[in-house]
Amino acid sequence: MSAEDNAKKGKGTVFVRMEVCKGCSYCIDFCPTHALDFSKEFNQKGYHFPVLNRAEDCTGCDLCGLFCPDFAIFGARWKDLDEKRQQAASQVEP
Amino acid sequence: MSESLDLRLALAETELENPVLPYLRQDRIPHIWCPGCGIGSVVTSFAEAVRRSKLDRDKIAVVSGIGCTGRVAGYVDFDSMHTTHGRAIPVATGLHLANPDLKVVVFSGDGDLTGIGGNHFIHAARRNMNLTVICVNNFTYGMTGGQVTPTTPSGANASTTPYGNYEYPFSLPFLADAAGATYIARWTSLHSRNVTQSIEEALKHKGFSFVEVISPCTTLYLRRNRLGDGVDTLQYYQDNSILKHGADTRETAIDFQGKMLVGKFVERQKPTYLDAVNATCAKLIGDDYQLYGKTPPEKEAEKKAAAKGKKKAAK
Amino acid sequence: MTEATLKADPKGVLTGVHFIDGDHAACEGALAAGCRFVAGYPITPSTEIVERFAARIPKVGGVFIQMEDELAASIAIQGGVWAGHKVMNVTSGPGLSLMMEHLGYAAMTETPCVWVDVQRGGPSTGLPTLPAQADMMQVKWGSHGDYEIIALSPNSPQECFDLMIKAFNLSEEYRCPVFLMMDEVVGHMTERVNIPPADQIEITDRKWTKKKPGEYKAYATTSDDLVPEMVKAGDGYRIHVTGLTHDERGYPAMDVPNQAKLIPRLLNKIRNNTEQLLDVRMDGCDDADVIVMSFGITSRVATAAIEAARAKGLKVGNLRLIICWPFPVKLIQQLAEKVKAFVVPELNMGQMVLEVRRAVEGKVKVISIPHPGGTVHEPETILEQIIEAAR
Repeated sequence: MSAEDNAKKGKGTVFVRMEVCKGCSYCIDFCPTHALDFSKEFNQKGYHFPVLNRAEDCTGCDLCGLFCPDFAIFGARWKDLDEKRQQAASQVEP
Repeated sequence: MSESLDLRLALAETELENPVLPYLRQDRIPHIWCPGCGIGSVVTSFAEAVRRSKLDRDKIAVVSGIGCTGRVAGYVDFDSMHTTHGRAIPVATGLHLANPDLKVVVFSGDGDLTGIGGNHFIHAARRNMNLTVICVNNFTYGMTGGQVTPTTPSGANASTTPYGNYEYPFSLPFLADAAGATYIARWTSLHSRNVTQSIEEALKHKGFSFVEVISPCTTLYLRRNRLGDGVDTLQYYQDNSILKHGADTRETAIDFQGKMLVGKFVERQKPTYLDAVNATCAKLIGDDYQLYGKTPPEKEAEKKAAAKGKKKAAK
Repeated sequence: MTEATLKADPKGVLTGVHFIDGDHAACEGALAAGCRFVAGYPITPSTEIVERFAARIPKVGGVFIQMEDELAASIAIQGGVWAGHKVMNVTSGPGLSLMMEHLGYAAMTETPCVWVDVQRGGPSTGLPTLPAQADMMQVKWGSHGDYEIIALSPNSPQECFDLMIKAFNLSEEYRCPVFLMMDEVVGHMTERVNIPPADQIEITDRKWTKKKPGEYKAYATTSDDLVPEMVKAGDGYRIHVTGLTHDERGYPAMDVPNQAKLIPRLLNKIRNNTEQLLDVRMDGCDDADVIVMSFGITSRVATAAIEAARAKGLKVGNLRLIICWPFPVKLIQQLAEKVKAFVVPELNMGQMVLEVRRAVEGKVKVISIPHPGGTVHEPETILEQIIEAAR
């Protein structure tokens, strides 16, 4: 997942399941901040999948997730992610 | 933070999954739809609409016919029926009438719904049957190789109209309106958030609700008509769709690569089929008639009312 | 197989002695069997069945809808089944032709449902108000692909009632479409019909699963029991029902191994039980020289001819099929060892006689008495052939 590499540079991030991507490029072309690019690598089916090359521009708006016909990508805001982490943490600590 | 907690957080993050996935039969993904096909986007919108509507998932049934859109029923994790060509609406009618507690959703393509299944479409709308019908309209029979459908715009090329379509197409909102549907909206697959909202409204609407989503068929319709790829088509949608809520449905025809109206065109209230059945039978039989297909809350309310009545009588 | 046997719901049972026709009796049979949802489409001479159902159902508690066409009717009922109801589909020849795709769907998805075919003269629009028995092969072979159904043939209004209940019970037991092969004469013939009290009517319950969601597989079977357990929509099982070749979970699986597993099972759940599904009336077949095999309305004419032949001193057996499909091949083979000839009168140009010939394999004479339909045979015609056969 690309989230690990791009520690909180922008307001949000994307999660990609690269193996189900079919490379239609909707997420890349319609990203409001043009934060995504095609990968250089291929997935198993021979498609280039999206990567978050300009993490600082990602707002986590999830437009990519709404457009994606293959359920392969979705975006989330750090704010929401942190909330979820905290919830998870509170469940861990007694 | 302790190391174990870090580990847990990392796990929590990997568990953070695509919000659509819980609504899909994940063991059946990846799906069969082509790269750039709009059906997947509509399924995403549907899943989000179901989540927002807070309806009981196990009381939703999805029915589809044959074709590319017909495969939706196999991918979504609800009670689902993949029926014969064109007959999704009759099956949905059967499910709904046999168990009115179910919210039955029909996912259908334009050929399935308005070609072979056109008769069922108009009659379910006429009866104001309490169903939600989502039509993914890509102007072509995709599964069989790009033949002309009742919605293919005049002039468009299809494998069975290789010199251009010389028929007049249906405008589905106009058809649904004329037949008596009580909720009608049209969007394109570009308008994901609007599609979500319309499907949510449709799910909550009482009566025949119809949501048309214009969607690209990259492999057949676009290629045959030299319209570029999916991205070009979404760009066309962006440049040429005109938002007009409450538009007269007579104006909703779509010319080949022309402008198209989108929005919520119709929303009105009218007794549903079962309402009408119950009204007639109650008149016929009187107090002894047990209303057919009441929802569980209605039944409970009735039981309480009956119990109160007994107590009063006892006093 | 172990199915829960219940007693009929008294709400639907019109106990008493009635003077009604076969169509009305069939409707009462369906109501007694627990049918509470019908999606119909009118067609002569079957219409009275749905008309009576529409009139009766508000008081019994259920719903009737007249659909826009036969295609819709024959598949809407199947939606009703997956929502938990017992259903029937009522039609005659031309309607049945339209419904054929959905017969295959019911067979493929193992949807229990009863199909009533009040047969009339054909082909095409043919003789709307006159009888025939010419759909016998259509119900067995009319839908594409390989499938098995069960078909029952009543010859009186009383049997329309009794066999309708049996048809419902068999459809639940085997999870397949079951046909009640009436004809115009039986449908419109008015006779005494005795409807017993509800507690004397045995009803086979649907084969509901006891498994929980998650452990339940929609089409899982064992080698002893080829009929899968069933659930209904809305109970949290999130089933998928498809007419595509499917695996045990019900998911589309269009490949050779799944086809090779599914289709033989669909056939064998009926074929392996042909003995249990044997239902015939035999009279004087043990020492007969000639056996007259008939079914439905023709059996009444045949009986008259057989009695006349016996009066002339001929040894004639009367074999009447109640269950026509699956065809009692073994029984015919056994009888073929003992008799000189079979005589098969039927209101078509020779359909079930083909099955007799297939079973007999040329060992004895098989005489067909065809009839193009529109009326019943003259007993004399059958008598002549019996005499001919006995020579």
